[in-house]
Amino acid sequence: MTNLVRHRLFWPTVVLVVLLVSNLIFSDNFFRITLQDGHLYGSLIDILRRSAPLVLVALGMTLVISTGGIDLSVGSVMAISGALACLLIGDLSNPDAVGPVLLVIGAAIALCLVFGLWNGFLVAVLGIQPIIATLILMVAGRGVAQLITDGQILNVHSAPYRVIGAGYFLGVPVSFLIAAVAVGLTVALTRRTALGLLLESVGGSPTASRLAGIRARRITIMVYVFAAAFAGVAGLIYSSDVSSADSNAAGNLIELNAILAVVLGGTALTGGRFSIAGSVLGAVIITTLDITAVSVGVPVETTLLFKAVVVIILCLAQSATFRAKVFGRFGSGSRSGSPRAEVAA
Amino acid sequence: MAEQLKMTGIKKVFPGVVALDDVDFRLLPGEIHALMGENGAGKSTLIKVLTGVYDIDGGDIELAGQKVRFTGPLQAQQAGISTVYQEVNLCPNLSVAENIFIGREPRKFGRIQWSEMRKRAQVSLARLDLDIDVSAQLDSYSLAIQQMVAIARATDVGTTKVLILDEPTSSLDASEVEQLFTIMRRLRDEGVAILFVSHFLDQVYEIADRMTVLRNGRLIGEYRTAELPQMQLVSKMIGKELEALEQIEEHAREATVTERGTPIVDARELGRTGAIAPFDLTIHAGEVVGLAGLLGSGRTELARLLFGADRPDHGALLIDGKPHTVKAPREAMAEGIAFSSENRRTEGIIGELTVRENMILAMQAARGWTRPIPRRKQDELVDRYVKALQIRPADPERLVRDLSGGNQQKVLLARWLITEPRLLIIDEPTRGIDVGAKAEIQRLVAQLADGGMAVLFVSAELEEVLRLSHKIEVLRDRRLVEELENGDDVDADRIMQTIAGGATT
Repeated sequence: MTNLVRHRLFWPTVVLVVLLVSNLIFSDNFFRITLQDGHLYGSLIDILRRSAPLVLVALGMTLVISTGGIDLSVGSVMAISGALACLLIGDLSNPDAVGPVLLVIGAAIALCLVFGLWNGFLVAVLGIQPIIATLILMVAGRGVAQLITDGQILNVHSAPYRVIGAGYFLGVPVSFLIAAVAVGLTVALTRRTALGLLLESVGGSPTASRLAGIRARRITIMVYVFAAAFAGVAGLIYSSDVSSADSNAAGNLIELNAILAVVLGGTALTGGRFSIAGSVLGAVIITTLDITAVSVGVPVETTLLFKAVVVIILCLAQSATFRAKVFGRFGSGSRSGSPRAEVAA
Repeated sequence: MAEQLKMTGIKKVFPGVVALDDVDFRLLPGEIHALMGENGAGKSTLIKVLTGVYDIDGGDIELAGQKVRFTGPLQAQQAGISTVYQEVNLCPNLSVAENIFIGREPRKFGRIQWSEMRKRAQVSLARLDLDIDVSAQLDSYSLAIQQMVAIARATDVGTTKVLILDEPTSSLDASEVEQLFTIMRRLRDEGVAILFVSHFLDQVYEIADRMTVLRNGRLIGEYRTAELPQMQLVSKMIGKELEALEQIEEHAREATVTERGTPIVDARELGRTGAIAPFDLTIHAGEVVGLAGLLGSGRTELARLLFGADRPDHGALLIDGKPHTVKAPREAMAEGIAFSSENRRTEGIIGELTVRENMILAMQAARGWTRPIPRRKQDELVDRYVKALQIRPADPERLVRDLSGGNQQKVLLARWLITEPRLLIIDEPTRGIDVGAKAEIQRLVAQLADGGMAVLFVSAELEEVLRLSHKIEVLRDRRLVEELENGDDVDADRIMQTIAGGATT
């Protein structure tokens, strides 16, 4: 029992379950999943579908944070990738042909890789603090996106492009499938290889890592490229879902949600140990929270407040110090270890 | 004389471990008392109990005849117990004066009186014979001075009855240690009871009036320093017979003469401005080369150049007779050079990773991230070195930061031994670790050299350098001043002369 309670994913899971169950009180058929036109429908499916962009961005953010960095530019990169994709599709002679659309997608992601390299270069080579380095692109990126769309909202009509964000495959939302593949890929990349260990090592102590022969610089650049690529895909999902490129709305504030997701998942902002499962869970919690706010009938103007309250409760639940104060000293050795030790355990 | 502090029957239990079991401890006013024991003997726990960091599970604490029980460090401080920890616990980015008065700044109508504060800081440092600019940032001063500032802070309260100094000398050089001792003696003469913890036995014998020995959380005894010979103290600390100890020493002393072919490393006029003046140095297979010199004499800087941790800006480095530019640690590693830093905590181990992960890190880094070491191979390697180096606790999945200093050092050594280097550079591997582990590490170095590995051994302890090295390089003021073939005519005095600048060759 204690082991279960102490598992770092215990409290986030509890919160997610509580959120889902409380939805049931307000809407009876919250858990109902139906099949319409060969597509799965229902609130749960909706959560999965709408979580996809945030899950993608949170994945990249997890790796960046594990090295002790942070990437504020992900929202702007989303906007850029969507903008470029919509611009190029608008120029296609036949926007319904699959081949050219795939090329466009490739081009948009390639551009994101370049921006990722830029972030990585600023942080790893020039040694600029990550928060400042990525702030540059966060601010400038929206401008780049607007430059691409000429300050307009670009609407596109392309059946293949629409599949990314709004399509279904075997009844399951494609965006969810993309996110699932990305999660699998990230897990394989970090845990099947030694990348995860090296990331945690760099995050734990950059100096010691360098002296142990780790190419810290190369690894740091890699995570920023990775984060930008995933943000690019998230941007495509978003713009495909709304069939347009809106440089201001795309990925607005998603960097903060992604950071929140990572922290909720138990990865410390100081770097080191990270949990991909935790970040995915965090992203799903945040999306569920948004959807719950609507289904519970929280007025639009107080949605943010509602979200803030839930997040505060969640953070308190995760704090060992707070639990010890409120529930007494359960888990007796906890006093000897710092709260951070428990997060990492 | 009545005891200033009296602890009786102290018991402290952690889940699964009895850290202190029925320990008695007393401090007299106006004495310097050394608390002795190996890592894990319970010294730190006793200090933490005394300073209110831990609550006790049994026993009594009396301070100046009054029964006390602390629930936090602040209470202990207010009762007159001040502590200076091993790692200077100050804020390097604040000024000296701010550091001394942080939390109790002189105020008037809620406003901090800066000039008053500086004046008082000057006065309290003057008591320690220190005349420095108190408005300068703390980290602009050497560690020794920072240590003094910490002591000034601890004793400024004025009501200090007990002063605890936990490993205060581990980063000080000889003259700085003397300075510290002068201050300790003065405070003692003023009636302060001083509790002194150090791994340097010579220092303990120089300064302590009495000592208390702990082993495995139990009290072994309380002795007058003058009545307990050093060898006996050691055997009480580690619980082994004297004979066994001498054997370890004997083994380590067997310095084998080696054939000298092409040197593994041949530095020619290698240097780096501001770090170390150009030097010549050759290291052959199977050779132990000792680096001797004071703290800051350029020992570490020299070692770092050979490993590529810093880039040289002068001269050339030949590896196996071929010129080589070692620009990064990775490149040195590819040539079979390993470097274990003196800053175990910040440049060595990675605290939040496990023992296993720390051990395989260098090997993994050399292989690159795409070629992970299979888990079975990892377990095999880690298991072998945990056994060979007697790492305790022998649990590879423990976080390394939970291990004692000596065991962390062994993990770090294991990390490099796993890479099977040809040249192992170890910087201060025995600093701050206990006698038993020290002897084990010395024996290991001798064994490795017998097996054909070259070792560059950096240490502030001359005896250790003398015991292990075939060749001794002496440094002074960031310059390699002399190379000595170790032999009967070379002893600590001879090296000291060179270090002091009075060599007659």
